[in-house]
Amino acid sequence: MGLKEELRKSFPILGRKVNNRPLVYLDNAATTQKPAEVIDRISRYYREENSNIHRGAHFLSNMATEAYEKARNSIQSFINAGSPAEIIFTRGTTESINLVAHSFAEKYLKKGDEVVISEMEHHSNIVPWQIVCERHKARLRIIPLTASGELDLDEFGNMLGKKTKIIAVTHVSNALGTVNPVREITGIAHKLDIPVLIDGAQATPHMKVDVREIDCDFYCFSGHKMYGPMGTGVLYGKEEWLREMPPYQSGGEMIKEVSFEKTTFNELPFKFEAGTPNVADVLGLEAAATFITELGYKEIASHEDALLEYAKEKLAGIDKLRLIASPREQSSVISFIFEDIHPYDTGILLDKMGIAVRTGHHCAQPLMDHLGVPGTVRASFAIYNTMEEADILVNALIKIREMLA
Amino acid sequence: MQNIKEKEQEIVREFELFDDWMDKYNYIIDLGKSLPPVDKDFKNEKYLIKGCQARVWLHAHYMDGKVFYSADSDALITKGIIALLIRVLSGQKATDIVQSDMSFIDEIGLREHLSQTRSNGLSNMIKQMKLYALAFEKQNKKQ
Repeated sequence: MGLKEELRKSFPILGRKVNNRPLVYLDNAATTQKPAEVIDRISRYYREENSNIHRGAHFLSNMATEAYEKARNSIQSFINAGSPAEIIFTRGTTESINLVAHSFAEKYLKKGDEVVISEMEHHSNIVPWQIVCERHKARLRIIPLTASGELDLDEFGNMLGKKTKIIAVTHVSNALGTVNPVREITGIAHKLDIPVLIDGAQATPHMKVDVREIDCDFYCFSGHKMYGPMGTGVLYGKEEWLREMPPYQSGGEMIKEVSFEKTTFNELPFKFEAGTPNVADVLGLEAAATFITELGYKEIASHEDALLEYAKEKLAGIDKLRLIASPREQSSVISFIFEDIHPYDTGILLDKMGIAVRTGHHCAQPLMDHLGVPGTVRASFAIYNTMEEADILVNALIKIREMLA
Repeated sequence: MQNIKEKEQEIVREFELFDDWMDKYNYIIDLGKSLPPVDKDFKNEKYLIKGCQARVWLHAHYMDGKVFYSADSDALITKGIIALLIRVLSGQKATDIVQSDMSFIDEIGLREHLSQTRSNGLSNMIKQMKLYALAFEKQNKKQ
């Protein structure tokens, strides 16, 4: 099976019980658990290194600054960015998208322009664009989905034109697990010189992301979904865009010189990092990236794919259970419903049996409308999940069927 | 007829019979299944309670100073919980409903077994039931 007991042991929380049963944690698309390496790194920072960075000329400040900038270099190589200046630390994917939406729109979005997103986006890749479109009197256009839960690329190609100023799509759907052909999307967009933002929140935990290979203009992801701490995120942006875009927030760190008459802004990446950053957690994020790199995406993907296939096959055998969407390429997420049972009922009983899943609309209400369901039950896997846990889920669902039918 | 407190105590005693929360939920589900169906005229947007994860329709009518409820939900556990609320409040005097504290919900441990959003949903249901009672009471005083 390839999964070592040791690996599970490095995640302290997996040893606990909930509702008097061993925890079966299948809500990894919401957030993953953290390995000891990440927890210890954060703790070590506060025990040994804590100091404010980029200013005080003293020992600890220099140490913290060095550690923080080394983390930036690590993240640069983690996604193969061209330079550390292209790595902006944020609070998470949501903030990364907001930064681009607001800053980009301020400079480039005019009345009558268009922004293209898709029907499968998370609310955090819908609402910021809605807001800036309204503010600048631009129009939001939506790439529709095919019956199997994939982007309709023909329609996508047709809706692009001179008015299209930016495209923002997800790499992997948080609700369906669909993996989108992001390389193909940037290829189509760049023929018309339209920049592309990719929401990678659900991709970095599972697959190697090479931003130069994808050739996206912006790539956003969160630390907490890839074994790292909450409150950390990354915005990758091509330098040519970031240099031109105005600051998003302002204050300390992001300035070069300030007088009451005029402020000149700091260079990249600091221009977009106002205020004291979350140093400890960024170091935790670096530890998470190292954890993933040492495990290897090959190992991660082969384990998670086997688990996904196994669980899908078993779930499909349960009476009146319907798997939602069957994309050609799917990543670690299974969404399903019982035809005659509300996802709410399924979720609450799974919880009582110690199984953590997500039920509801998964912050993707337009997608649920498209699918014609009030919500789904979503089981999502990580590297530490086991075939036994998939069996526990399946047996629990069979029991729930008996209780509710 | 039993008053609200007596009905609440009856439910508390019933729940004491179960050791395991799975059994308690089984019981709640059975209550949901046996809840009389709601007239389809009341299963529309107008009677929908806001703020519940599952859809809940609640209707009430007033007769001789007493309030009678009927409700439905597309989720069975929710329906079972409403069945408990209806058992306690339906047929009681509007004044008593408005003043009831519904403490049996905490006594049987139901609230702590619901997540925050679901617990809010439960509070919304109770609030809506009390609002009906309050409205009927006011109407009654005017007449």
